Amino acid sequence: MELSDFNWWSQFIRWGHIISGIMWIGHLWYFNFTQTPTMPKIPTELRPAVVRFILPEALFWFRWGAMFTLGFGLILAYMNGYLIDAIKLGIGAPSPHTKTTAIGIGMWLGTIMWFNVWFIIMPNQNKVMGVTPATPDEVNAARRTAGLASRVNTMLSIPMLYCMVFAAHYY
Amino acid sequence: MEKLLGSLAGTVIAGFVLTVVVAVILHAIH
Repeated sequence: MELSDFNWWSQFIRWGHIISGIMWIGHLWYFNFTQTPTMPKIPTELRPAVVRFILPEALFWFRWGAMFTLGFGLILAYMNGYLIDAIKLGIGAPSPHTKTTAIGIGMWLGTIMWFNVWFIIMPNQNKVMGVTPATPDEVNAARRTAGLASRVNTMLSIPMLYCMVFAAHYY
Repeated sequence: MEKLLGSLAGTVIAGFVLTVVVAVILHAIH
């Protein structure tokens, strides 16, 4: 196989998309299934260890996982020639296909989730962690907003993954 | 919405319901 072989690069980008996606959704589920439900059970004096040491590290891999997943995904869709048709959910495509609609719905759900990470969760988490100055009331509001956006993403991740797997393995 | 997503179980159930909705749409247009 030549190094310039299109399929080799396409497969390489797909691998990058999936490995970044696991990094992203793995952390999302860690926050929602493990960290957040456990926090109230942790003695008050130990909670700063989570907020000051574990949370910033986890958020680093979480947000960059999201960025690389989106980037690799868009490149992959472009390389495979269905980027525009998928964005339009296959509507008006020259050869409409259920796979295009499926990957399109998955792409839109993933993009909404990526937006939530970078423009809702992170700015609010920065207030919670003290990176951005905020009053105690603002910190409480930020914690609630970030938590809700994180729950929205957990909810959307379930149909999003269905669409991704559907599109890849329908035939 | 906030009440539903306030619980982890509610979040997961909502995710499964949305998945069924998507699956039905994809089945209908096939």
